[in-house]
Amino acid sequence: MSTGGGLLPPELPEEAAPSLAARFELYQRAGGIITPLLTAALAFLIGGLVILFTTGKSPLSTYKAIFDGTGLNWFFPWVQGSEPGGERFNAALNLQQTLIVTTTLILVGLAVAFAFRCGLFNIGGQGQYIAGMVAAVQVGIWIPDSPHVPHMVLAAGAGALAGAVWGGIAGILKATVGAHEVISTIMLNWTALWVGTYLVGFGGPLQDPAQESVPTTKAVAESAKLNVWWGDPVLQGLHIGFFVAIAALVVFWLVLNRTTLGYEVRAVGFNPEAARYGGISVGRNFFLAMAISGAFAGLAGGVDILGWLFRVDQTSVQVSSQVAFIGIAVALLGRNTPLGIFFSALLFGALLQGTSTRNLDPEVFPPELAGNLTLIIQGLVVLFVGADVLILYLWRTRLKLRRKPPPEVVAQP
Amino acid sequence: MSVAEGVVARAGVRIDVPRIFGIASIGLGLLAFWVALPPLTTRSAAVPVALGAAGIAAGLWAWRQGKTRLGWTGVCIALLGIVGGVFATRAAVGNLEVVITWSSLTAATLRFATPLTFAAIGGLFSERSGVVNIGLEGMMLMGAFFGVYGADRTGSWVGGILIGMAAGAAMALVHAFFSIQLRSDQIVSGTAINFLALGITGYIYIDTYGNEGTPGDLPQVPDVNLGWLGSIPPKGLGNFLEGAFGQLNLLIWLALATVVLAYIVIFRTAIGLRIRAVGEHPRAADTVGISVYATRYAAVTVSGALAALGGVYLSLGFVHSFTENMTVGKGFIALAALIFGKWRPFGVLGAALLFGFASAVAPRLENVEDWASYSTLFSALPYVLTLIAVAGVIGRSIPPAAIGRPYEKQ
Repeated sequence: MSTGGGLLPPELPEEAAPSLAARFELYQRAGGIITPLLTAALAFLIGGLVILFTTGKSPLSTYKAIFDGTGLNWFFPWVQGSEPGGERFNAALNLQQTLIVTTTLILVGLAVAFAFRCGLFNIGGQGQYIAGMVAAVQVGIWIPDSPHVPHMVLAAGAGALAGAVWGGIAGILKATVGAHEVISTIMLNWTALWVGTYLVGFGGPLQDPAQESVPTTKAVAESAKLNVWWGDPVLQGLHIGFFVAIAALVVFWLVLNRTTLGYEVRAVGFNPEAARYGGISVGRNFFLAMAISGAFAGLAGGVDILGWLFRVDQTSVQVSSQVAFIGIAVALLGRNTPLGIFFSALLFGALLQGTSTRNLDPEVFPPELAGNLTLIIQGLVVLFVGADVLILYLWRTRLKLRRKPPPEVVAQP
Repeated sequence: MSVAEGVVARAGVRIDVPRIFGIASIGLGLLAFWVALPPLTTRSAAVPVALGAAGIAAGLWAWRQGKTRLGWTGVCIALLGIVGGVFATRAAVGNLEVVITWSSLTAATLRFATPLTFAAIGGLFSERSGVVNIGLEGMMLMGAFFGVYGADRTGSWVGGILIGMAAGAAMALVHAFFSIQLRSDQIVSGTAINFLALGITGYIYIDTYGNEGTPGDLPQVPDVNLGWLGSIPPKGLGNFLEGAFGQLNLLIWLALATVVLAYIVIFRTAIGLRIRAVGEHPRAADTVGISVYATRYAAVTVSGALAALGGVYLSLGFVHSFTENMTVGKGFIALAALIFGKWRPFGVLGAALLFGFASAVAPRLENVEDWASYSTLFSALPYVLTLIAVAGVIGRSIPPAAIGRPYEKQ
């Protein structure tokens, strides 16, 4: 950069902005669980105003209809009617769908959160998710008659491994040549999207030879499908991937807080220079953090394929994979903690399900509008969560107001 | 060599012989591929191999003489030229002629490159001032929708362009406020912009136009008719010029002008110096009295307006309608072009043309039965190339020094 680089002396190191993890620490101190709740409430409030001013409909009844579509009313004991068609029965069906989405969101949220704790922004969940889908569907197809449990584990594991490889590329580039992980993961996303489209598309190597006019792979073998433990398998009941996601939350916590690797990852996240000085290999941890992040996202793709999609087609490569971007909102709102990620995944899962064409009553609010409303709320959450300084500022002002005694005029001698 | 240098020094002209060899190696590599394509369609594999080998030799020599990066690039391109050339000699001439018609391919390249150029030049302003703009995609989408909306409401394409650009600038102001004033993470804020733009445009689109889609009688940005190009002798050249440049949209020419203008502003004016100073060393810029915040605000707003203009071209100048999420990643290709072009206006234009060429060839491959499935692979090319560029294999891209770091006033 002859025009820019040599212009001025390099910035002094102490002026460097705090790393993401250090900001996160600051944020954590700024008000515990209250700030994410405030953030979400603010976003929903603005969403309500949008409803009111554009359609004139009542925000409360709209949100109520969305809530009823999520099936979360199943938890209310007064909702009756367990027979088919009854209110409780329908709520159970909806809740199963919500939890299927929540499963995916937990895993893609973890994919963002783990990298965050190492000071890296993994925006590449989509590519890692696609890699996971493609690998899992292959292993799911390849071995037609095999024992159920090993086949399932192998296929899901292949998904995680493929995701780890795809994320690891960004990690290696960061560790060796210092390429910014945001740029490389964006490029890896779109590379995965188009390569995936090619693989399953017309004439692609993975396309189902039995149906040449449909851009899709074969369906996975029965032995690779995840068991449905709640609801009817024919009606897309809730598969055991939900427990995989819960287990992943526990693993995430254990690895970060109870292992040397987790300690090193967090140390690098707080301050790479200090970690390096303390004898930690920063590059190695960059790579491992991205690979582990990628494994979570790849597992999400694998679980979706083995749990309810069963085959990879062009829509799942290009559209379904966008669910990985919500992982950013999930991780940010959940403050990169396991419990937070669980609840924010549930929130966004419910929002997605409640605004879907199938679940939202069009009499109350048009679902096409509601889907976009979800995007607006999502954007607002990310926007506000990112503004930790704003929240800190508001918080400090509030504390000051509370602590400050009434102003007194002290006469100066 | 020393004699040559002496001669050159005495003549008073600086001729960098290794550099010329390096450039020649790139040229020979491209030539090796080109001879096997229409109109020449050489059928013998020996010709591209010979040209490519000469290119490799020239590149290696340039490398030995200290032009490491240029030499490397030349060797790589020459190798690719041989591979491409040999493959092309094997392909049926009929297939090649379906895919490659230089005049219409040039016009299509320009059409695909225009939205990328606008958005990438926009990103250049923002990133040169030290603010990462992941939100280009969203700002482009705002332009695409509000361009249509504005043209529909005002009944004129000028109104469409102005309202579209204003919408993109408004979105950029949100990004600027959060990433400059509130010092939130610029990437988080940019991601939020993309979500928001998708939601806002989708919401208003459905609310206003519903299932019918945007009206078919939208005012369109006019084409510039340069029919006289066809009369330029010789006949072949005239036909090519008319086919390639005779009927291009006004905004395509505006995009090319924007590149020149951006170069002048960034590298030849005091404003540009300020933008670059703020992006490289904000503290020093602040010390000499440049307002870091004001400069960054202005640069980010301009980036939003330009990215939106790219979106307006897409909807009003190219497709003549709006559909939800119609930018489908063009903002990210623009980001790639910005990095691939090393944050320089003409580099960005070159990258946008290269990526535009890839987008122009891809649909043409679908017309040939044997190659149809590769057209999607071709779409991945811009991203793979950018990945290689950031990895530093061919000419490493180095961003402005203070990029991504919020500045705190003292």
